[in-house]
Amino acid sequence: MIEVEDVYFTYPNGVEALRGVSLTIKNGDFVAIMGENGAGKTTLVKHFNGLLKSASGSVLIDGVDTRKVSVATLARKVGFVFQNPDNQLFSETVEQEIAFALKNFGFKERVTKRRVTWALNLLGLAQYRKTSPFMLSGGERKRVALASVLAWNPKILILDEPTIGQDYHQKEKLRQFILQMKTQRKTTIIVTHDVEFVAECNPRVLLMREGRIVADGEAQNVLTNPEILIKASIVPPQIAQIFIQLSDLGLPKDVIDVYEAREKLLKVSERSK
Amino acid sequence: MRKKLALKQVGTISMAVIETKNLTYTYPGRTEPSIKDVSIKIEKGEFTLITGPSGCGKTTLCRCFNGLIPHFYQGELKGEITAAGLKVVEHQISELARHVGLVFQNPENQLFALSVEKDVAFGLENLGVPREKMRKRVEWALKLTGIDDLRERAPHELSGGQQQRVAIASVLAMQPKVMVLDEPTSFLDPLGAKKIFEVIYELNRKLGVTIALVEHRLDLTARYADHIIVMDNGKVVLDGEPRETLSSEEARLIGVGIPKATRLYQILQKDGRIRLGNTIPLCSDEMASMLREALKSQ
Repeated sequence: MIEVEDVYFTYPNGVEALRGVSLTIKNGDFVAIMGENGAGKTTLVKHFNGLLKSASGSVLIDGVDTRKVSVATLARKVGFVFQNPDNQLFSETVEQEIAFALKNFGFKERVTKRRVTWALNLLGLAQYRKTSPFMLSGGERKRVALASVLAWNPKILILDEPTIGQDYHQKEKLRQFILQMKTQRKTTIIVTHDVEFVAECNPRVLLMREGRIVADGEAQNVLTNPEILIKASIVPPQIAQIFIQLSDLGLPKDVIDVYEAREKLLKVSERSK
Repeated sequence: MRKKLALKQVGTISMAVIETKNLTYTYPGRTEPSIKDVSIKIEKGEFTLITGPSGCGKTTLCRCFNGLIPHFYQGELKGEITAAGLKVVEHQISELARHVGLVFQNPENQLFALSVEKDVAFGLENLGVPREKMRKRVEWALKLTGIDDLRERAPHELSGGQQQRVAIASVLAMQPKVMVLDEPTSFLDPLGAKKIFEVIYELNRKLGVTIALVEHRLDLTARYADHIIVMDNGKVVLDGEPRETLSSEEARLIGVGIPKATRLYQILQKDGRIRLGNTIPLCSDEMASMLREALKSQ
């Protein structure tokens, strides 16, 4: 469980990135943090693994104050995948990259091997086992960074912009994986601009603006509210845009799923016949 | 597909700004080519979208357009590339850069100056553009990308999204004939991304700049395209008009992220109970007005 209580944070250059954030994320929650560039999304999640420590207010991970433990200790529990994979990758081969943290955490050789293979397969990287991460495409490097964190099976997973450079199949795999996390009562937090991905997953959405949380609710409700979205520089998903435009025809506004869209449209069409 | 292209090439005077013929390229240290036997044409003034699964060779193809391949990346190249009338293999990157501007996927690979303004001016300085003209161009590019208030800031201190704007501005300022953009807005918020795509579209329509845009997010971009190239595993698998191409069964199977408006159209057409027009929609506005008509006429 993550408990954030009235957190403020100012960078050394004077930018006030967080201005009083409070929230609770329970085990098994799937949360998408959205909002305009510079809203404080990445700053907030960096508090969850102790990379940043709040100036005032507190962040508790399973009851432990992040200011009282090291990042290394927290890392076992909280896995963090950065927006830009190049900030994270350094090994000579993909396999070594994924094994690195496992070795550091003291996993046995045999377990390390098994987990590396598992992560490679999960993210469709098996053919690159012996390849240098820097020979791979942007989307593939992103998946290597993800694999290296998933391998140690953290209880809380934080993904900063996980869908960048990923095609539809890869996104679908990611979605399935997150749902699996949820059934194991593990927490996934994504920071994302990808409204269509969020529309397909329908997680809890936290909308941020200027260092504060301005909306907190189900994707289906938050992403279909144009007044709130425009403040956070978010464009509604396409299906929502269609339904917002057609609301005068007696259609509901809160539709983001394409199959639900079909049902609602057929209903209205039957009625008007 | 290739046969069709070959037919098109015979008999018509080519206006292609970028053309590749049987292009195959292998990075050093790799055994398998990253692009295989690629023959494409991008016509003058066209807005072309290049898409396909992660690792399909899109970025590699873009690197051929401005000579990064083969001049910077070594490796093995077979076939021909022509850009803005120049054979890429025979001309320096610096010369090609006057005509073909490339915006990279990762802005950090592109930015290096101490201030945003200097970064945007850098290319123009290198071309020897007179001072006054340079100042005007820099102003124009900064305004258009919405970063004129960041001009004094150091690029490495900016957020990913802001850096992407700087990278775009620095290429824009050069006013190249062809702009090649490799997922140029991946770090931007949706509204920011939408604005950048509108700017790119305006450059295309008003100034006639030829655009080659690499994107996965077709929801945001398909509406602007005249032409779509879909790659898979190093090869060009689809090449044609956007509405037909995106609604094809092949596109869906490859895993192209078909816009949700297009997907809804397909699903309703398959159902058949709501009678929709024949023009396949690529964005929500098109789909909404089509639905409005269909529901009213019932």
